[in-house]
Amino acid sequence: MRYLPLTDADRRAMLASIGAPSVDSLFGDVPEAARDPVFDLPDHAGEIEVERDLGALAARNVAAGSVPFFLGAGAYRHHVPASVDALIQRGEFLTSYTPYQPEISQGTLQALFEFQTQVALITGLDVANASMYDGATSCLEAVGMALRVTGRQRVVVSGALHPQYREVTETGLRFLSAELDCLPPDFDGAESPIDKIDAETACVVVQYPDFFGRVRDLAPLAEACHEAGALLIVAVTEIVALGALKSPGEMGADIVAAEGKSIGNPLTFGGPYVGLFACRERHVRQMPGRLAGEAFDADGKRGWVLTLATREQHIRREKSTSNICTNSGLCALAFTIHLSLLGEEGFCRLARLNHGKAAMLADRLDAIAGVEVVNESFFNEFTLRLDRPAAQAVDALAGRGVLAGVPVSRLLPGVPEAAPLLLVAATETVTEGDMAALEHALREVLK
Amino acid sequence: MSAGARADGIRHRGLRFEEPLIFEQGAEGRTGVDLPDAPEVPDRLGGLARKSPIGLPGLSEPQVVRHFTRLSQKNYSIDSGLYPLGSCTMKHNPRLNEKLARLPGFADIHPLQPASTVQGALALMDRLAGWLKALTGMPGIALSPAAGAHGEWTGLMGIRSAHEAAGDARKRVLVPDSAHGTNPASAAMCGYDVAAVPLNARGRVDLGALKSALDEDVAAFMLTNPNTCGLFEDEILEQAEAVHRAGAFFYCDGANFNAIVGRVRPGDLGIDCMHLNLHKTFSTPHGGGGPGSGPIALCAELAPYAPIPYVVGGPDGFGLIEDDASGSAFGRVKGFHGQMGMFVRALAYILSHGIDGLRQASSDAVLNANYVSAGLSDLMSLPYEGPCMHEVLFDDGFLKDTGITTLDLAKAMIDEGYHPATIYFPLVVHGALLLEPTETESRESLDHLIATLRRIVERALAGDADAFHAAPKEAPRRRFDETAAARRPVLRWRPQSTEDRAAE
Repeated sequence: MRYLPLTDADRRAMLASIGAPSVDSLFGDVPEAARDPVFDLPDHAGEIEVERDLGALAARNVAAGSVPFFLGAGAYRHHVPASVDALIQRGEFLTSYTPYQPEISQGTLQALFEFQTQVALITGLDVANASMYDGATSCLEAVGMALRVTGRQRVVVSGALHPQYREVTETGLRFLSAELDCLPPDFDGAESPIDKIDAETACVVVQYPDFFGRVRDLAPLAEACHEAGALLIVAVTEIVALGALKSPGEMGADIVAAEGKSIGNPLTFGGPYVGLFACRERHVRQMPGRLAGEAFDADGKRGWVLTLATREQHIRREKSTSNICTNSGLCALAFTIHLSLLGEEGFCRLARLNHGKAAMLADRLDAIAGVEVVNESFFNEFTLRLDRPAAQAVDALAGRGVLAGVPVSRLLPGVPEAAPLLLVAATETVTEGDMAALEHALREVLK
Repeated sequence: MSAGARADGIRHRGLRFEEPLIFEQGAEGRTGVDLPDAPEVPDRLGGLARKSPIGLPGLSEPQVVRHFTRLSQKNYSIDSGLYPLGSCTMKHNPRLNEKLARLPGFADIHPLQPASTVQGALALMDRLAGWLKALTGMPGIALSPAAGAHGEWTGLMGIRSAHEAAGDARKRVLVPDSAHGTNPASAAMCGYDVAAVPLNARGRVDLGALKSALDEDVAAFMLTNPNTCGLFEDEILEQAEAVHRAGAFFYCDGANFNAIVGRVRPGDLGIDCMHLNLHKTFSTPHGGGGPGSGPIALCAELAPYAPIPYVVGGPDGFGLIEDDASGSAFGRVKGFHGQMGMFVRALAYILSHGIDGLRQASSDAVLNANYVSAGLSDLMSLPYEGPCMHEVLFDDGFLKDTGITTLDLAKAMIDEGYHPATIYFPLVVHGALLLEPTETESRESLDHLIATLRRIVERALAGDADAFHAAPKEAPRRRFDETAAARRPVLRWRPQSTEDRAAE
């Protein structure tokens, strides 16, 4: 077997030096009844066979890049420069672990420090951690942090928050004493979370741009939160938007919980992605997750270490700020490399390009009979109202080789108002030909 | 800035490069991507267009490639050497798995595409789940947890849901003293109180103490098996019997599954729920701290309490259940469907090994650890007798009166070209040093490790304390003042911040 270096001669010699009669004898502590069950499973296979086998499975999927493609709803398809993947596949990054020994982990630690700085800059907050699993779990962790910071138990959740972010937050609080006040789905953009804030409110959670694509000024909400002693948590599912939009920090957000996948990472059917988590400096000791910090070594040289570990599970156990250990290191590295390539100019240009493409597409689709663009404002994703169930239209469009968008009913099943709504996203990867194909196919399908 | 930063005293040495932060080498107007101009359309940003600059540095592609190449060279990795970090299973990461995960049919599919367009992806998840069911001997698999700790939390949420559904609300989870810190932390996140169970003199859970801690308020007992002392819990069937008699569930932390995969099915040991670290046992890369993947295996009684979503098969192919119609699932633990990229890698690894290779891998992992133990046990002190499983635990008894600590020994390993073992864990052993070589090390490689450690220990016993305190000397950096770093944390770059602090 190609991954196992020991030969039978090695094994015999090693057993002799251990003084054990057989490998089986090393497993003598296993209860007899549980030893060596019979498995009905195949034996090993060579590279050629495995590649053929899994290649055949891959071929049964319709890759986004092979068709006109407009899905978003929390996972946006962006171009990732070739150098990003080449660099993250360097064995020194790929095959190392959490930098517990800083003297021989400066590569990972410095990259994390750069990641934390980039995340703080684009969100407009003071500090960021070294990543969470994804945007949805980051959102749950943000709520947990707000409960600790305020010592309060009420959480107000916007009806324009991504339904899966809401669901993960609900799961997380299910058996804790906090009380969750989830506003109904905000189809018309009329909700007013400010009215829900009271003296017991720990935090308000909103999304920016929101789940339906709308962009809303959060400054009045931030002000109302702060007057009541509550924190404003802003979830961002499309981080590229912050290249074109005022940052949540500028508007008064206390915590940003974001999905960082859009920068540096492929779609991969939903994971692994990278959760971003940024907050105000004064709350840093209540933060979840790893933190890289600047330090100086015995020679006075600058470097980086994991710091403030007394918040974490390996020290504080049941009193830690989170149970998180392994996070999204390599996805965070991809994010940092891609954002380093973009820089200020590239990041803002990418955002403008996304917005421009989406604006063009919105106008084209709005002109189709039976289609109405719901949004007044948006970044690179907007909501269409169709004259029939969107899921039905999406299936029909898939049959014509166009992946048209995400029916809102997929994420809000059983909600009648959701049925005709379709989320459509356009990123820099969308071509004029793709737009024409969608426009044409949608006209045909809605005839 | 870059020329300036280097003129400020940064000096390279041969192949050892000093590398400033990206923020210290950018230039305005420089970029590493070429993007077309945005179409000229009126903006629809709701009056919220960004007006202030962000502050990101501008670098070209060659600068970025060089920067991250140089950073990578400051990392120790499995690719460069033996990485015996106990409890982390730092085994070889096959590149075939990387190649397959990057096929457009896996890497370039959206989680919310119509099911008819992702049948291969759903089939892959179903096949992986099938293997994991067979290997654990447990009928339910939930793939979505993102890492081991996330799997623990998910499993305990299922346990709590099952108890509550039966009108049997329970408040406490039992965790051995030797457990990973994530175990009590995960229990606390489910709203449980945590009580510790001591070990016996043989490094296993004290069965009597477990029995007396079990009552009608205990929801679960969380065990790591093989345990964090590297030992198989030889009274596990009696533990399971006692746990079940008390109406509690038996949770197993699967971090150490690599010792027994293909030889022992946890389901046969009475385990009700267990997470699997795909990034340990099934070789998905650790990536400098993730991403991982932590599917959980569930017994028949707990299987209905798995989180959404899950894959189902039918006459029209595979589908995803994303909405909990039965009402017993406690909800969703993560966005979308789990770590698909890791599922591809893990299945590629599993198919490559097959059942014969998996069994050989766990056998070799245990053989390798025992070989290291045998090669060092006359010089270093073993807290517990008898064969170990896939990792060997030493305490610091052999360093008594030398003035040298386990930490010093670990730092000395760095100077000899090794990543240190896991140190000061488990907490039950004084000055613990936990070595896990894994099955992907050759005999020659183990002989070199043993010879090196023997030389280090002999030096320590000869009383060379000052040299140990000064180690490492050969690494890109020497020991850091971590106390100062935590007292005044600097968690991001700010213009000119470093020089000010260095001057203090």
